[in-house]
Amino acid sequence: MFVKDNMSTKDKLITCVIYTVAFSAISILLLITIFIFRKGAPLIFKIGIPNFIMNKTWAPLGSQYGIFSMIMGTIWITAGAMIIGIPLGVSCSIYLVEYAPLIIRKILKPIIELLAGIPSVVYGFIGVVMLAPFIRIHMGGPGLSVLAGSIILGIMILPTIVGISIDTLQAVPNSYREGALALGATKWQSIYKVVLPAARNGIIASIILGMGRAIGETMAVIMVTGNSANVPHSILDPVRTLTSNIALEMGYATGDHQQALFSTGIVLFIFIMIINTNHLLKIYFYYLLYLPLQFFVL
Amino acid sequence: MGRAGGIFPTIIGTIFIAVIAVLISTPLGVCTAIFLTEYAKEGIMTKIVRFGSECLAGIPSIIFGLFGFVLFVEYLHFGWSILSGSLTLSFMILPTIIRTTEEAIKAVPYSFREVSYSLGATKWQTIKKVVLPGALPGIVTGVILGIGRSVGETAAVIFTAGGSLNIPSSIFDSSRTMSVHFYILAREGISMNNAYGTAAILVISILLINFFAYWIMHKVTAKYS
Repeated sequence: MFVKDNMSTKDKLITCVIYTVAFSAISILLLITIFIFRKGAPLIFKIGIPNFIMNKTWAPLGSQYGIFSMIMGTIWITAGAMIIGIPLGVSCSIYLVEYAPLIIRKILKPIIELLAGIPSVVYGFIGVVMLAPFIRIHMGGPGLSVLAGSIILGIMILPTIVGISIDTLQAVPNSYREGALALGATKWQSIYKVVLPAARNGIIASIILGMGRAIGETMAVIMVTGNSANVPHSILDPVRTLTSNIALEMGYATGDHQQALFSTGIVLFIFIMIINTNHLLKIYFYYLLYLPLQFFVL
Repeated sequence: MGRAGGIFPTIIGTIFIAVIAVLISTPLGVCTAIFLTEYAKEGIMTKIVRFGSECLAGIPSIIFGLFGFVLFVEYLHFGWSILSGSLTLSFMILPTIIRTTEEAIKAVPYSFREVSYSLGATKWQTIKKVVLPGALPGIVTGVILGIGRSVGETAAVIFTAGGSLNIPSSIFDSSRTMSVHFYILAREGISMNNAYGTAAILVISILLINFFAYWIMHKVTAKYS
């Protein structure tokens, strides 16, 4: 089909190889889906989907596998990380693109990108030795809490949000800004009425990517959130997420218990795939975040 | 276990795992990028390939860890070994390498290819002699970023490469990477001093790796613009 008749044998061979290898990424994705589901799905069906998702008790020794508190934990931590990460990240990129002199942008942008390379265990360690004691002393509670996890994750998703937002803001043609300024708009008016709406898709995409990263983060979360498998009632309560549930118990789990961890992985996998693929989420984010911002800011 | 002594075995383990991961995933990533830029027309096939790459980039490392554990450690009986760890990591860094290589290939001016074709070169000759050499710095950037990600990764490695503190003698030996070592030291409170030391080495090496990558990338953008 893709091999033309006038090609030499070598070229035909190479074309075949490249066409085959090109599908490695999608094949790996399929392999991951198959293996995770094969290992985790039997247990979900054995104890029933509603029981698995809505049961609040996680007690592997008593064969109680309910991950409701972990789902709530993931939602709390992710929401907290977004509340901290979105304003910081978006305002940081607006500053870097619209206000900062070129030299500052050239220095700061690579530094923010370097933040993405720092291992998550290191973030977690910083959270344990600095943030958790601070929260414990000044705000009460055990310190290892939803709040600590949200702050650390909010910082961790900054490079994702800033990197993509900067690129989209830079892609907005300068004539847009000039047009707004020529109509008598102030600098800030031109930014939030013209530039931000024009950069809408990219900024929302960056937020969604950051959210995916926050949901999937494991090591930093394990270290700073305290890991008790209860539904949190305040931001100072310790909490356990889906990811940390897997990583904490995978080392020693066997039999049904190990399968239950893979079932947790399935739920996490579904969360992530919804975020990766769902374009409805973009529209939802637009109405939830972006539109109110247009009305209420200034 | 880590209370006393140095981190030499973990440094060796880290280098082994990161290098093997990159060796596996670079050919796959480069071929995919060549497919996307040189061979395929935009259509259903490129959409599928891109979808796979983007989804893979979004999958959390813990899922890769679970997957590597079932497929390599249990199903293929590699056990907790450097091989299982680096295969898992190679899947994880594949999207990074695809993306950077694709951008590097796109940055090679189209006229280069036209000249090559006009001299009678075939498609593969053009790619091998003109496009890939031009894109090489960009590909190297992707590879270095991939190494950086493998060195810093914990969740995917801890369930596939195990936690042995011995110097590995073959790729079927279990080995601990620096980040896994640091995690175990810090989390189990074995030795805070050693944890700080390991973290310092880890962060400095990753910053150096990334600096190097950005430096090369900077040189590439300066070359063609």
